[in-house]
Amino acid sequence: MHKSFIFHNPSVLWFLLALALFTMAVTVLSEAFGVGLVSTSFVKTLGKTLCLCLIAIAMDVVWGYCGILSLGHFAFFGTGGYAIGMWLMYARTEGIVAASLEGQAIPPTPQEISDAIGTQIFGVVGSSEFPAIWAFADSLVLQLLMVVLVPGLLALVFGWLAFRSRVTGVYLSILTQAMTLALSLYLFQNDSGLRGNNGLSGLQNIPGFEDTSQATISMVFFLVSAIALAAGYVLFAWVMSGKMGSVVQGIRDNEARVRFLGYHVESYKLFVFTLTAVIAGIAGALYYPQAGIINPAEIAPIASIYLAVWVAIGGRGRLYGAVIGAAFVSLLSSWFTGGGAPAINLGFYTIQWTDWWLVLLGVSFVCVTLFFPKGIGGLFDYLVRKPS
Amino acid sequence: MSTLLEVSGVSVTFDGFRAINNLSIQIAEPELRAVIGPNGAGKTTFMDIVTGKTRPDEGQVVWGEKNISLLGMSESQIANAGIGRKFQKPTVFEDQSVRQNLAMALKNPRGPFSVLRHRKTADGAAKIEAIADEIGLTDHLTRSAGELSHGQKQWLEIGMLLAQDPRLLLVDEPAAGMTAQEREKTTDILKRAAETRAVVVVEHDMEFVRRLECKVTVLHEGSVLAEGSLDHVTKDQSVIDVYLGRSDA
Ligand SMILES: Nc1ncnc2c1ncn2[C@@H]1O[C@H](COP(=O)(O)OP(=O)(O)OP(=O)(O)O)[C@@H](O)[C@H]1O
Ligand SMILES: [Mg+2]
Repeated sequence: MHKSFIFHNPSVLWFLLALALFTMAVTVLSEAFGVGLVSTSFVKTLGKTLCLCLIAIAMDVVWGYCGILSLGHFAFFGTGGYAIGMWLMYARTEGIVAASLEGQAIPPTPQEISDAIGTQIFGVVGSSEFPAIWAFADSLVLQLLMVVLVPGLLALVFGWLAFRSRVTGVYLSILTQAMTLALSLYLFQNDSGLRGNNGLSGLQNIPGFEDTSQATISMVFFLVSAIALAAGYVLFAWVMSGKMGSVVQGIRDNEARVRFLGYHVESYKLFVFTLTAVIAGIAGALYYPQAGIINPAEIAPIASIYLAVWVAIGGRGRLYGAVIGAAFVSLLSSWFTGGGAPAINLGFYTIQWTDWWLVLLGVSFVCVTLFFPKGIGGLFDYLVRKPS
Repeated sequence: MSTLLEVSGVSVTFDGFRAINNLSIQIAEPELRAVIGPNGAGKTTFMDIVTGKTRPDEGQVVWGEKNISLLGMSESQIANAGIGRKFQKPTVFEDQSVRQNLAMALKNPRGPFSVLRHRKTADGAAKIEAIADEIGLTDHLTRSAGELSHGQKQWLEIGMLLAQDPRLLLVDEPAAGMTAQEREKTTDILKRAAETRAVVVVEHDMEFVRRLECKVTVLHEGSVLAEGSLDHVTKDQSVIDVYLGRSDA
């Protein structure tokens, strides 16, 4: 990494500082490592929010910097989650099965153990056979590799097909929606091999750490999520600084011009699309152990649309904008839909925020798009006015 | 002087309308060539064909001493083969600085991974300074390109062409919207560029073309109507009929 990179990007330093302070504050206030003012469930919420911030900066790079309005990045987030979820579920079930068979007079054969695990996991979809895609589920290392490889390959193949035929704009957005919809519908099927609409559950129980409290596990995941966000932020800021950033933003502003300068635009789009998909997969792999469950509804088309809304509200084309948008809107969303916001009684009608939050979000989105195209992040421009 | 680009018997039809009709043009290296013709004559389409934006229905476009056909190549491959292009409407990257615009155009490896590893070099910086000097934007290198005047944007785009270090420059209406003074400077830049390369300039303004002092090709309805010195073609009766006659009227 170039020495002057951080020096030329003071916003990266500021962001890292803010994130470090926030992380320390939560640690000090947590039940596991501190005074216990912040509940474990709120630590989980914050940890999940950091993962959402990570996919939001990926979305910002692909959309805000490269101009590809992908409405399918949650598919990559979800595949990352499924990949780690398979190991979590397998390893934990294996532990349970081994414990229950322990007392038997005749030691069980490997086949019997495998059948017992299969019945435990796939009983809900009326099966006990391990589908082929679970071949590596017993290996943490291989499943971690899948977290990166599966979203990466999916993005590579999809992107190659789409960019090569020069699909752009709205058509590309629709295509990405179709991709995530198709994946979601496929996973809903019982014979998809991933437990249909039940999804994978119990993911908050980390095999090998049965005796560790959820308070501690949550804090560890929170800290790892913070580190991942910091690393992702520095990576994207570095990639988008310098000449790569110039070319990528050039593609956003005038694709044809970049082509006539001799750059193979499709390769650049594919690079950005795949890189951001991989980061989205990692974000998902950190998110779902904190959420505890993943099911196909998570990668429904609407999820990816929300992602675009967060980035738009936070401010496109600046990474901290995406972080602010994702954190602000997703936390607000859980406050409103979780019953945190008091209902407003108008006499003739009572506004229940669980119903009306989406309307509020929609209206805010329209207002931001129309009146504050730079989003919340644009407010920083007033703070750091360049001397003219 | 050897032939660098040879376009022969090229035709293009858009929805039944023949925009280019059996067009043949040869460009030598080095050479300065002006292409004139009324609106819709096919001047821009000619450049589209050479740069790979439009595929002709028939004909040949042959490049360089190895006689490579450009027809099967993509836009970026053609650009890397040594053909640079300035668009009719000035297109620079407005959100980026003049220096970034020039740096992006600078002749360097174009693949994503080479670009990712790219480091600024003293040599590159010197080249950018030299080009900025040539196009008169030395004092504006750190400004964002969107802040430049119309004329300066045109020069920046010409500068980006020079930074690509192409063998052939295709320049579409470089003087459009420029003041008389700016035009003069533009002619100087183009004439200097043509000392070592092939430069094809499309222009409507006759005064501008006269100052280029070069061979002129007149296009009309997608084919060559006349070719020669400006004095020669302006005396040509068919040219007077279709082009000069109309604009003088
Ligand atoms: N993509 C296209 N689709 C349909 N028609 C086109 C297309 N491109 C060009 N044309 C038509 O082809 C003809 C030649 O256009 P071209 O732009 O090459 O003219 P020109 O000589 O550059 O004119 P001007 O001086 O106005 O720039 C015009 O009639 C134009 O309408
Ligand atoms: Mg034209």
